[in-house]
Amino acid sequence: MDTSTQITDAPPPVPQPNLAELKRNARGATRPGDRIFLGLSRGSGIFLLVIMAAIAVFLTYRASLALSKNHGNFLTTFEWNTNVTPPSFGIAVLAFGTVVSSIIAMVLAVPVAVAIALFLTHYAPRRLAGPIAYVVDLLAAVPSIVYGLWGALILVPHMTGLFGWLNDFFGWTGIFSWDQGAPRSLLTVGILLAIMILPIITNVSREVFRQVPQMHEEAALALGATRWEVIRMSVLPFGRSGVISASMLGLGRALGETMAVATVLSPDFLIHGSLLNPGGGTFAQNIASKFSEATEFGRDALIASGLVLFVITLVVNGAARMIIARRKEYSGANA
Amino acid sequence: MSNAVIAEKRPSTLRGASLPKWSPWAIAAGSVAVAVAVGAGTGLTKVQWGLISGLLFLAATYGIAAKVEGRRQAKDRIATGLVWVAFLVALVPLISLVWVTVVRGIKVLDVYFLTHSMGLVADSQPGGGIYHAIIGSLEQVGLATLIAAPIGVLTAIYLVEYGRGRLAQAVTFFVDVMTGVPSIVAGLFILSLMLIFDMQPFGFAGSMALAILMMPVVVRSTEEMLKLVPNELREASLALGVPKWRTILKVVLPTSIGGITTGIMLAVARIAGETAPVLLLVFGNRFINNNPFEGPQQSLPLYVYQQYAAGNEYAYDRAWAASLALIAFVMILNLVARAIARWKAPKTGR
Repeated sequence: MDTSTQITDAPPPVPQPNLAELKRNARGATRPGDRIFLGLSRGSGIFLLVIMAAIAVFLTYRASLALSKNHGNFLTTFEWNTNVTPPSFGIAVLAFGTVVSSIIAMVLAVPVAVAIALFLTHYAPRRLAGPIAYVVDLLAAVPSIVYGLWGALILVPHMTGLFGWLNDFFGWTGIFSWDQGAPRSLLTVGILLAIMILPIITNVSREVFRQVPQMHEEAALALGATRWEVIRMSVLPFGRSGVISASMLGLGRALGETMAVATVLSPDFLIHGSLLNPGGGTFAQNIASKFSEATEFGRDALIASGLVLFVITLVVNGAARMIIARRKEYSGANA
Repeated sequence: MSNAVIAEKRPSTLRGASLPKWSPWAIAAGSVAVAVAVGAGTGLTKVQWGLISGLLFLAATYGIAAKVEGRRQAKDRIATGLVWVAFLVALVPLISLVWVTVVRGIKVLDVYFLTHSMGLVADSQPGGGIYHAIIGSLEQVGLATLIAAPIGVLTAIYLVEYGRGRLAQAVTFFVDVMTGVPSIVAGLFILSLMLIFDMQPFGFAGSMALAILMMPVVVRSTEEMLKLVPNELREASLALGVPKWRTILKVVLPTSIGGITTGIMLAVARIAGETAPVLLLVFGNRFINNNPFEGPQQSLPLYVYQQYAAGNEYAYDRAWAASLALIAFVMILNLVARAIARWKAPKTGR
């Protein structure tokens, strides 16, 4: 046509085919190497999602096998008899023990961990703070079975003094009454869990306190605030969500802890009014101690209780992550 | 710290009266002395001495400071005291843990202990060792690392270099959630597979559970390291016409390899101490089993648990010694990993 001849007169027609190729190159998917590499790395990401889905699916499947034959109520039965016919098992005691021991651990660990984090960021002589933070990091890596061994052989004998004292002064409440049994109770478990999760909560809280804008603290100081007032007015409000998420990470650990509980607790299938008398159990501890004598059906029943634990930790961790994510946006605006 | 500087300034007329710098030490010494006197007089235990001196210290500090400096300063001093007390109280169990493990572990930990199994020794007898447990631990953890490290690193590469949109968000979220999966649940997952395929316990089953626990840790740390690689490096390489995959392999990974190694080693240290999945899937063995794909194996943390469960003095000694070996292994991994991180830290500035 007329128009085309007009154009070909002026510049030589080079760019059109090259532009398309450039575009494809820019997307980075033309070369086989690129395609393979993208496939591999995306495949690994998808593989992780598949594993999470598979955990949920297979646990649910095996759990349903056990639950369909359960003659007790899974939520309210106070026994775990899987080797008899008809089998009867329930998680009431386990749920109680897990929640109570974790609550004790949180009540003890969170204030102390926050105090240590404040100590490391605001109080300790700087020459001390570095090495102590390093040691706390290392302590977070001590295997839980070592805490369990220490708890069972060292902590338990040392608890009698505290238990006697609690019984003397607070025994009338019922919660702290003690029948002089071995102190392998939920309270001891809670204390041991508190010691175990202390380093994790301390580490995360310390990171958060470190990110407090220097300006906020200096502004408070300039107004004549004491060190404690600076912390209360600028450090703690800034770090609150970080401390909450750190605590929930610690809570996730405490809920799922197996060996430390299995070594310290002397379990039974009753809910005790007193925290000092031995007995009770947790999900993870029950799985570890009942596993060796369990038949295939018994294992399915344990898997059912594991599924409950899985869901609980998913909720706790998911909530913690969401709080962290929200905080990231917040601190991004501050940076 | 800026606040420390202000605290050290000489008192001026504007600041009002303040206690001398040595007063906290004096109050502490005084309250400890009173507590010891009271405690020794009435025959209390040392823990109670400590409690009394702590309470006395806080009360005396508040009283004196409130009288001399005013209530706000007194509150500040109380807070300082509480923070110090919390720190010292937390030190007690942690120091005790390390101290007891070392002192009791060193009793039987020797070359014989490291090179013999429990094959010919009953739990109630002295002797025996952890050779079979070391072999089992190394094989299970090694296989888990072989599975988890490549998948973890590739996932992190996907998230940092390619990841956009829904899939990347989902992977990020579930990696976070997966970090919190209790080790016993990972063990139960593999157990459910073994029940379906009717398999007996063997070492590699434990490796698979450990790999599940290890992957999210590797992803997280590798992601952080890849994000530290300056974008200019990538752009320079891409501008020279190097394909993206070669850019990642030849520029991005070598720059961050130190940090990635550190992350993997820390993850190894974490799974080396896991007991629960090994208890369910590998079962334990008194004899040396070098083959992780057939028959039950032993592992160090499981050995500690089983020796504790045996419940006699000789077994306790072995449990402490194995704990010491386990802690030493984990700590060495940690220290080496941190040394590598410091040595090979990517240079972000110019």
